Amino acid sequence: MTEENTRQIVIPGEVIAKGDQFLPGEGTEKRGEEIVAIKFGLAEEVKNLVKVIPLSGNYQPRRGNVVVGKVENVTFNGWILDIGTAETAFLSLMEVPRYVNKDELDEVMTIGDMAVVKIWGINKRGIDLSIKSRGLGRIDQGIIVKVNPNKVPRIIGKEGSMIKLIKDETNCDITVGQNGLIWINGDKIENELFAKKAVLFVCEKSFIHGLTDEVKKWLEENKK
Amino acid sequence: MTFKRKDGRKADEMRPISAKVGVVPNADGSAMYTSGKTIAIAAVYGPKKMHPQHLQNPEKGTLRCNYSMLSFSVSERIRPGPNRRSTEISKITEWALEPVLMINQFPNMVIDVHINIIQADAGTRCAGINAAAMALAHAGIPMRNMISSISAGKLDKTIVLDLDKHEDSEFNEGEGSTDIPMTFTNDGKLTHIQVDGHITKEQLKEAISLAREASKKVYAVQKKALKEVGEQQ
Repeated sequence: MTEENTRQIVIPGEVIAKGDQFLPGEGTEKRGEEIVAIKFGLAEEVKNLVKVIPLSGNYQPRRGNVVVGKVENVTFNGWILDIGTAETAFLSLMEVPRYVNKDELDEVMTIGDMAVVKIWGINKRGIDLSIKSRGLGRIDQGIIVKVNPNKVPRIIGKEGSMIKLIKDETNCDITVGQNGLIWINGDKIENELFAKKAVLFVCEKSFIHGLTDEVKKWLEENKK
Repeated sequence: MTFKRKDGRKADEMRPISAKVGVVPNADGSAMYTSGKTIAIAAVYGPKKMHPQHLQNPEKGTLRCNYSMLSFSVSERIRPGPNRRSTEISKITEWALEPVLMINQFPNMVIDVHINIIQADAGTRCAGINAAAMALAHAGIPMRNMISSISAGKLDKTIVLDLDKHEDSEFNEGEGSTDIPMTFTNDGKLTHIQVDGHITKEQLKEAISLAREASKKVYAVQKKALKEVGEQQ
């Protein structure tokens, strides 16, 4: 891994870079000529953009994120979902890709159902969700695993390499929600449980280098 | 300097300090800070939705600190639960932390900070603030700066650093003792200062500059503790 050298752990108030050529990204602030970290995490420089990737703390919603949520309430024009954030997340009836009669909202999703949703926008009132894309909607089968949301990038791996490996080895379809909820859907329960174990293994070993190879070895050893 | 302290420290010497981050696995962020015999543990929960709803502030988030000394933290058992002193220190801790916290990003939400003193030997509010600052950073809450807290004071006529229990409450030679807990950002600005006792303007200035130097050592320990936990992830 070559980019390890440019990454460093920073704490709030620490100067990451100095000079007018740098631009402050997420988790940073510009003070005069200096780019200062405002969050605890890994500092990364991509070209001239400096940003901090948080290492801990709870999930911060971002536009475009795909998350897994639980229906908390059904209102007259949509659903309120719990996606693990402090703000309430609302899925409007308009964001459902087919016609739904206003009296039959329960038939699409009802309290207690799980769904894969996309964060469509964040505003003062809360979070707006959408299921107007492929792979989004109510979850009917499979299992859901909860992990630390900060480990999600490790589970997905570089350009999806890690998740692809687990998917191929376990024959399961896996949807990783950015909020740390992972939906595993396979043809057999044994495969689903094996995929769950693999995901938890990645979380546990997330700090070691060359994790993809390690997981490959682990999958081969534990496969029956 | 001829002045001798009871535990053999020099006037500008602080007690040995150490810190550890990530001590409470169920919290969103946590830290422990030790200064001599004083040990403080801070745990941060949130940002989460504020309940009851009438306490929500749509303009900015709320910081809620809860300082508590555990019943076994001192030699004579203290009654657990809130009292006049702990309520005051909770408020002081909030005021010390608020200038650096970018809390305006979390409207209608609350950040809960629970500080527990598991062993007390004076300087507990400083230890609590130091632990809370690390725990807040660990919880991924945006902060303008890190803060480090240390107390300076005056024993009789001598300016000393980091008073312990004996110096703070039992020392009564000459002019007696004055304890001044202070909190600094890492660029040397004050966010909190309290004075308990008598002191002249000149001596106060001297005490502040002494504490400002010492706060850099506290900052170094906090930084090291946070980086250590970062390496493991």
